Amino acid sequence: MLIAILFSVPTLTIFTFVFQPATDTWQHLYDTVLTEYLTNSALLVMGVSIGSLTLGVSTAWLTSLCTFPGKKIFIWALLLPLAMPAYIIAYTYTGMFDFAGPVQTLLRELTGWGYGDYWFPEIRSLGGAITMLSLVLYPYVYLLARAAFLEQSVCVLEVSRSLGCGPWCSFYRVALPLARPAIVAGLSLALMETLADYGTVSYFGLGVFTTGIFRTWFGLGDETAAAKLAALLLLFVFTLVIIERGSRKQARYHHTSNKYSQLPEYQLTGLRAFTAMLICFLPVFLGFLLPGGQLAYWAGITFDEMVDASFIRLTMNSVLLAASAAILSLALALILAYGKRLMPQKSVLAAVRISGMGYAIPGTVIAVGIIIPFAWLDNTIDAFTREHFNISTGLLLSGTLVAVLFAYMVRFLAVSLQTVESGLGKIKYSMDDAARSLGYTPTETLRKIHMPLMKGTLLTSLLIVFVDVMKELPATLILRPFNFNTLAVRAFELASDERLADSASAAIMIVLAGLIPVILLSKSISTSRAGHVKATRSQ
Amino acid sequence: MSKQLEVNKLSVSFGKVNVINDISFSLAAGRIGCILGPSGCGKTTALRTIAGFQQPTKGYVLLGNKQISSPQKSLPPEKRNIGMVFQDFALFPNLTVADNIRFGLRNWTTDAQQKRIDELLELIGLKHLATAYSHQLSGGQQQRVALARAMAPKPDILLLDEPFSSMDIDLREQLAREVRNILKQENITAILVTHDQHEAFVMADEICVMHDGIIQQHDTGYNLYHKPANKFVADFIGQGVIITGEAIDTGKIKTELGIIEGSTPEGCQPGCKVDVLIRPDDVIHDDESNEQAIIIDKAFKGAEFLYTLRTRTGVEVLCLAPSHHNHQINESIGIRLDIDHLVVFKQ
Repeated sequence: MLIAILFSVPTLTIFTFVFQPATDTWQHLYDTVLTEYLTNSALLVMGVSIGSLTLGVSTAWLTSLCTFPGKKIFIWALLLPLAMPAYIIAYTYTGMFDFAGPVQTLLRELTGWGYGDYWFPEIRSLGGAITMLSLVLYPYVYLLARAAFLEQSVCVLEVSRSLGCGPWCSFYRVALPLARPAIVAGLSLALMETLADYGTVSYFGLGVFTTGIFRTWFGLGDETAAAKLAALLLLFVFTLVIIERGSRKQARYHHTSNKYSQLPEYQLTGLRAFTAMLICFLPVFLGFLLPGGQLAYWAGITFDEMVDASFIRLTMNSVLLAASAAILSLALALILAYGKRLMPQKSVLAAVRISGMGYAIPGTVIAVGIIIPFAWLDNTIDAFTREHFNISTGLLLSGTLVAVLFAYMVRFLAVSLQTVESGLGKIKYSMDDAARSLGYTPTETLRKIHMPLMKGTLLTSLLIVFVDVMKELPATLILRPFNFNTLAVRAFELASDERLADSASAAIMIVLAGLIPVILLSKSISTSRAGHVKATRSQ
Repeated sequence: MSKQLEVNKLSVSFGKVNVINDISFSLAAGRIGCILGPSGCGKTTALRTIAGFQQPTKGYVLLGNKQISSPQKSLPPEKRNIGMVFQDFALFPNLTVADNIRFGLRNWTTDAQQKRIDELLELIGLKHLATAYSHQLSGGQQQRVALARAMAPKPDILLLDEPFSSMDIDLREQLAREVRNILKQENITAILVTHDQHEAFVMADEICVMHDGIIQQHDTGYNLYHKPANKFVADFIGQGVIITGEAIDTGKIKTELGIIEGSTPEGCQPGCKVDVLIRPDDVIHDDESNEQAIIIDKAFKGAEFLYTLRTRTGVEVLCLAPSHHNHQINESIGIRLDIDHLVVFKQ
């Protein structure tokens, strides 16, 4: 319960600011940029919706119901862009397609055009941001849509065919509607990430909520106005959370039958097979291979001067921070989930649910929500000790790693909690009772029975949080102590200073780390499939 | 014999629902008791209260001479020195057979552990599978390991929760007999919870029939069948039908199947209405008899046929006839009553 209260502090702080009297800055924002933030955010959300739906659903359909050369590879390769943080892909593309970039330079050399002679899409624009985000976020839609397609009973598709509907018609009228809840759920995840994104939009100089919060706080120094913006953003996010939860519930009722047989796979040949391959190849190429290759190339050039003692320290910082966050959140998740198992009362259930909300909340919002109460607490402690002991404690919490770690906990606890809960759920309650009757206390039971049984799950949870923290940018940017840098922050800073090639080494480390959960994920989706003959591993 | 377990005026409720209502019974050391009842009667709750997974709302439980459960103070399960065998066995899948048995022996010396493990593996006949994991065992083997694991720390009492319910019906009685032999060899006091009376008859020395959270009768299997304490037990144990009758004299009851001789219930004056239990083996197929009945259903049981008959007056009774008496449905056959143990309840 205590944990839950602690973790709802940031959100609640933000909401209290909604009711605070508006400051001049707020009025100023309202008059000038608020409309821009709103329209830009809305356009971004719409654009990413279209982009990730197109990419996600088409590839999911092709890889689940058609057969074409290379399909087995595409099934997991399509997940690769998930490893690519949006801000990294953003500046990689900028580096490639900018005016001074290799593509435009080549174009000019070939044609002899000069500046202003030709039209070339501006990468640092709203459209560019939409493209970047869609390219790395479509896997959410792909993942859930594919799972939904595979779970559909083949009977309904056959019924539809027998009633005179061709493959395309079956797709539109049967398969797609049945998979809709899953697709919506995947899309809401992608959109939560879109709203939470700071790196891409800030690099492209777009005015949206996250960048607005940043500017208001650091540029105008008005925390009340920043918090109000954050509250507004939260409103959007919670709408998405509700949509997502609702869709997931619906998805459960959409199972038409438990009879699964091997899905009839459309054998594609010739031009069709080629098209299918192209459709699947493009997202992988554009979302992972091309930017990855560019990063590797840059890193190769700048490796010698960039990878030095300070780079190693940076990596150590990142790794240590990510590891401690992963371990801490796993420990908390274990306490919460096991507490829920031992005492399934309403208060405990509520505590668990509240603690699990953080994943939806953008890092910027969490940062703002943490720094305000922490600063207040620091000042209070400082005032108290000065008054009574004549010692100034200075800032104990805000601006230290405690704040950073706390922010990670708030944001990523949900991830560990979900994995741990699903792991615990697979262990029968009679195991607990058996251990208890053999003289083991609940804590000993957790250590001797549950933890060994959940080894894989625990490791997964550690890895996912580790990687999420490695990639995290906005909260770290706001809350980190002075002179403390992580790979993500460094990569972002270098890129912002137009030292794109120099930032590649740091970026590549992040992408490599990001590949770990993607590999785990692709393993698990290739083994779990209703209807396919599973390697029966009786327990 | 000393009392090993005593349950005194125990009540358990979940919220407002009373699951167990004021039950009392005791079990002597070395005996095997059984709580028998239909599902939802509170038998598993009773067992879980003895084990310590459930807190009582009233009453107490004594194990040996120690009070282990009362509304004021309830020892946690791990402090009670009980052993429990679970419906799904709950073998730890990450441990081998030997390590499962070792699990409860952590305060023993390594030598003592090994000796105990060897002894138990010998007893359950699975010596060759000491290093196997639970998923490599058959259901019957898993059950014996679960039993050995629960018995290993020499508990003061062993609790078995529907231990045969996941087994093939054909195997249950045989396994029950095996388990009984193992328990008797180790001289273990045990309580079995089941809904299957055949299991109870095979395994237990004494049986508590439970219904609606109340113990209906605590007796041997023989007495439950032949001297049921009330209509519920009469109906629940064995097969049979209950017909109405009227006492016409001491020891004489007039029923629709004729006059039956036997003891009438206490306080039953001539003229009082009674219920009479008629077991299928009380109804004898006799071609000589004047009493005719129509066969309305029949079930082949191997050596016997179980006929459902309707008499002229419309009463339905069951009749167990040797299987060479093969009659067709709707055929009329002669029957007579031959009742050894008359079971009569005052209405």
